[in-house]
Amino acid sequence: MQAVEVNNIRKTFKAGKSVVTALHDISFGVDRGELFGLIGPDGAGKTTLFRILTTLMLAGSGTASVDGFDVVKDFKQIRKRVGYMPGRFSLYQDLTVQENLSFFATLFNTSIKENYDLIKDIYIQIEKFKKRKAGALSGGMKQKLALCCALIHKPSVLFLDEPTTGVDAVSRREFWELLHNLQKQTITILVSTPYMDEAGLCDRVALVQEGRILGIDTPEAITKQFDQVLWSARAENMFKLLTDLKAQQEVNSCFPFGQEHHVTFNGSEENARLVETRLNQLGHKSVRFEKINPGIEDCFMELMEQHKKS
Amino acid sequence: MKVISVRNLTKRFGSFTAVDNITFDIEQGEIFGFLGANGAGKTTAMRMLCGLSRPTSGEASVAGYDLYKNANRIKENIGYMSQKFSLYEDLTIRENIRFYGGIYGLSLSDIRSKTNLLVKKLKLEDSINSLVKSLPLGWKQKLALSVAMIHDPKIVFLDEPTGGVDPITRREFWTLIFEAADRGTTVFVTTHYMDEAEYCNRVAIMVDGQVEALDTTGVLKAKYAAKDMGEVFLQLARKAKRGDG
Repeated sequence: MQAVEVNNIRKTFKAGKSVVTALHDISFGVDRGELFGLIGPDGAGKTTLFRILTTLMLAGSGTASVDGFDVVKDFKQIRKRVGYMPGRFSLYQDLTVQENLSFFATLFNTSIKENYDLIKDIYIQIEKFKKRKAGALSGGMKQKLALCCALIHKPSVLFLDEPTTGVDAVSRREFWELLHNLQKQTITILVSTPYMDEAGLCDRVALVQEGRILGIDTPEAITKQFDQVLWSARAENMFKLLTDLKAQQEVNSCFPFGQEHHVTFNGSEENARLVETRLNQLGHKSVRFEKINPGIEDCFMELMEQHKKS
Repeated sequence: MKVISVRNLTKRFGSFTAVDNITFDIEQGEIFGFLGANGAGKTTAMRMLCGLSRPTSGEASVAGYDLYKNANRIKENIGYMSQKFSLYEDLTIRENIRFYGGIYGLSLSDIRSKTNLLVKKLKLEDSINSLVKSLPLGWKQKLALSVAMIHDPKIVFLDEPTGGVDPITRREFWTLIFEAADRGTTVFVTTHYMDEAEYCNRVAIMVDGQVEALDTTGVLKAKYAAKDMGEVFLQLARKAKRGDG
């Protein structure tokens, strides 16, 4: 039995006269102790899926179980076993840090003392503000308090909905270190994020877009599936390079990627050299093409385009 | 030509100095990246430059107008969009353009021609009478950027404009930024995506209310012996003392 099992889950919403499908019959499983990432932009269906799995919403069709319990029949069992940190800060703003924590501990028939080991590393970072009202905390501290509250009853499965959205690069790294420490305590963690670079920090990821799973595997296996030769391209004028590359018929795709552009070519590798020569003729300086290994974001975009065509 | 000029700009809230004596200039047509950890003072600084918050001390001129004397003229000459607030969800695309055009004092005939131009460029002709809330996030953000520039402002301020947007649309959005800068519009942008920092001509990194580093991406990477802007950012932001908790 897997920690989370999802079978053909479908969810539709009425929007005025039309019907929007948030989840298109998706299926997957998460193993015990796994750190599993749902990677995708806003509107991919990540929050809807989390709400169904935490028994806060009913699916239109399909079945799902968490920790062996059915999300419809056994919702009371599931609620005792899962921790859930929603994307929007949902603690009591007018209670203090400490009051919030003991409130959630009491709700779950436990005490802060009983499970203190689990939250210790996180709680000591906010302990000096324990008398402060939650509403008066900074973003980073709110996030840490919310994580403590989601953990205080020692859940077997933890759902974190976009915990790092809007968080700076330094704090994001620290947050992932916390998650890796938690994972050692044999908690299964499902985390959603729009940041593609966080995929590499998960054991396995599902790439999601518009209610569909585009791909699901370990990050390494996903990047191996990229079926074209990927090149990085640089020149002095990167904006002009982008426009000129896109105008070449041999160029299949071309996207800016930080300090370089990532390019794939139609046909054989000869075409890369052909285009390189042409760019030099167009007056580009210091043109440099290099074969590179694709990352998760390259794969995500390739899968998006494949999906659009099909 | 300098379109933003900031000298010793400071903002205090009680005993807390959110923005601490910052000084810089921004040239016309520049894409200027404004980075910093949460709580470093970016939003406060940006609010001052948009004429929304009065500085405690220091001087600044934006789009040729003094921050103290002509805050309202500044507002007429800049555009602003953020991930959190951009368009009215319960108005259609056409109504949003009409509304913002009106706010910025465009004539009805200008609004009409701008509307046509804009929906054509964004390929939104078929959805022009749809409510904005029915659009995918990526489309919304591209539309919001175009609407923020409907009055041809000298400067456009973008506060984390691409948060949560899919990777293809994120790049299309940046193409719109490149085009705007190419036309001479100055772009002042904050982001948490470190690859986007590379697209900026110059980048300022704020730490604890101060501008800790400011230069072209090339110079910054060389100075901090970093392979990319992400590493530069990490090196500097880790020095923060006041942090975000």
